[in-house]
Amino acid sequence: MNNNPHPSIEFSLEMMAEVERIKGQFPEGKQKSALLRVLHLAQEEAGGWLNIPVMNQVAKMLGIQPIEVYEVATFYTMYNLEPVGKYVLEVCHTGPCAIEGAERIIGYLEQKLGIGVGHTTPDGMFSLKTVECMGACGYAPMMQVGEFYHEKLSEEKIDRFIEDCKAGKVNVGSWKIDKLAIN
Amino acid sequence: MATRKILLANDHIPGIQTYEVYRRQGGYRSVEKALKNMSPDDVVEEVKRSGLRGRGGAGFPTGMKWSFLAKPEGVPRYLLCNADESEPGTFKDRYLMERIPHLLVEGMICASYALGCRASYIYIRGEYKWIVKILERAIEEAYANGWLGENILGSGYSLDLYVAPGAGAYICGEETALIESLEGKRGNPRIKPPFPALKGLWDCPTVVNNVESICAVAPVINDGAEAYAAVGVGKSTGTKLISACGNINNPGVYEIELGLPVEEFIYSDEYCGGIKNGKQLKAVVPGGSSVPILPAQLILKTANGENRLLTYESLADGGFQSGSMLGSGGFIVYDEDQCIVRNTWNFSRFYHHESCGQCSPCREGTGWMEKVLHRLEHGHGRMQDVDLLVDIASKIEGNTICPLGDAAAWPVASAIRHFRDEFEWHVREPQLSQQRNYGLAGQTLATV
Ligand SMILES: Cc1cc2nc3c(=O)[nH]c(=O)nc-3n(C[C@H](O)[C@H](O)[C@H](O)COP(=O)(O)O)c2cc1C
Ligand code: FES
Repeated sequence: MNNNPHPSIEFSLEMMAEVERIKGQFPEGKQKSALLRVLHLAQEEAGGWLNIPVMNQVAKMLGIQPIEVYEVATFYTMYNLEPVGKYVLEVCHTGPCAIEGAERIIGYLEQKLGIGVGHTTPDGMFSLKTVECMGACGYAPMMQVGEFYHEKLSEEKIDRFIEDCKAGKVNVGSWKIDKLAIN
Repeated sequence: MATRKILLANDHIPGIQTYEVYRRQGGYRSVEKALKNMSPDDVVEEVKRSGLRGRGGAGFPTGMKWSFLAKPEGVPRYLLCNADESEPGTFKDRYLMERIPHLLVEGMICASYALGCRASYIYIRGEYKWIVKILERAIEEAYANGWLGENILGSGYSLDLYVAPGAGAYICGEETALIESLEGKRGNPRIKPPFPALKGLWDCPTVVNNVESICAVAPVINDGAEAYAAVGVGKSTGTKLISACGNINNPGVYEIELGLPVEEFIYSDEYCGGIKNGKQLKAVVPGGSSVPILPAQLILKTANGENRLLTYESLADGGFQSGSMLGSGGFIVYDEDQCIVRNTWNFSRFYHHESCGQCSPCREGTGWMEKVLHRLEHGHGRMQDVDLLVDIASKIEGNTICPLGDAAAWPVASAIRHFRDEFEWHVREPQLSQQRNYGLAGQTLATV
């Protein structure tokens, strides 16, 4: 966990409104239930990962202890505790995807990006992660980037995808509800 | 056998995602029927009589589960929809929610009415981000059209429905871990008893049901329990969504009538369309990665030589000696080129990664199994490793708070039970096993 004593972060008004909406979904006194979703929002605003000041701020917003936030942030795989690239490529490597060549796809990405799994390119553009079954086993191999799934991957599809990222043409979506999905 | 579609009858209709089209196709009729003509207990009875069983994996009768819900005065009760869908091989709930989100909303309203809930939640895996939006849009439309909120259809019944995303953890599909997660905590399963029916979300009585189970409530109410129970075989009533993947020609989600022969499901063009590239069938994991793997002969026919059917009973026929389970309906097919040792190693890596770490047998045992399988697969195994794996698996099974331990043990134990010769070949032929797969050799020997 990065413990860099960062100045405390200001969340956007848009996010604060979304946090209020989520808190309203739970009974009085049970606002801690909003934590997982608020952490998703916070991570998005904080550039893709959670540092201590961001988590402390979330604790304050929900009226809980910082340790309650750290406990959760360290348990779930979708929270990044280290900086990540602009595009985080999360490739599934579980059984059904492995049958369909997930390992080949991961190898191809490592070679193409010049980084290993768990790393970020020096220009901060791409991070490569492996993940466990994403519920896309029939459309394998697959990866998730931001909000969306990219299924039935091939080397050609990856080449195109990386080009599109570099050209700024890839939509990674958002946890904010007013930015509705486009596909 | 052409399957009568119950859940996916309308999924091909353009715009069925939207309220207008869904309603025009007869959507929300079950809510009208339940709220206007039935008492909550009538709805529970109807679901009981339909024979509907939980589609999340365990197959527990849904109506019976509902009747266990404690109803103390003045304490809220909760219905939680389990949309965590993380069992490898399973991708059916996603299909339902993406294609016909209003069916889930409709089922949630009927089920919540039956249980007397004032607020209900759909807990969905965080990776399904875009589906969170699809569901929230459907819920918004349902509110706008008077199906949710205060005094629905003037019946005096009020309900709020929310979507709560997780953040990446297979264990949160286990019902008490799901509850912990929904309370904003780590997904550590709780010790039972007390069962959620007594003490669940915020210590209130709670029912947890799978997406598909809840969706099925709408047609059960619409067409009546008898009509639903008329489909299927024996205690496996109705239809089931099967998500098929692996080495088949047509991977995808299929609604089958319970009782369809496995052979027809694998080879018919209506379903899987046979094994890809003209290869031979080697093995199947029929109900998600946690259920025992079966070699070709035993998935097509039971040990007694009867046709294996897609029902809870038939798939379990023979117990763990020669049977498996219907589980979540995640149907993974392996052709002759697949390496069973490699697949078993892959699955044990999954369970090790997903163990929450509370119980030592699971936390440590899954790690040992992964390591031992890794060395077998990579040509560094010893002959005693095979029995060592059986021993570790047997010491995890039944010795943990939640069934994740069993789910981790069964794939290993069953792979060795049916494919021991392939494990031993990896030890005897470390070099050869790095260059090629074992194929179908020795299978008949292992399974008779
Ligand atoms: C480790 C583990 C993971 C599970 N994952 C899921 C899941 O993703 N979805 C699901 O519906 N049930 C899952 N279950 C089963 C649930 O605990 C529970 O039995 C089910 O949601 C009940 O719903 P049903 O009666 O409608 O099937 C899981 C169980 C275990 C032990
Ligand atoms: S195994 Fe990759 S999505 Fe299921």
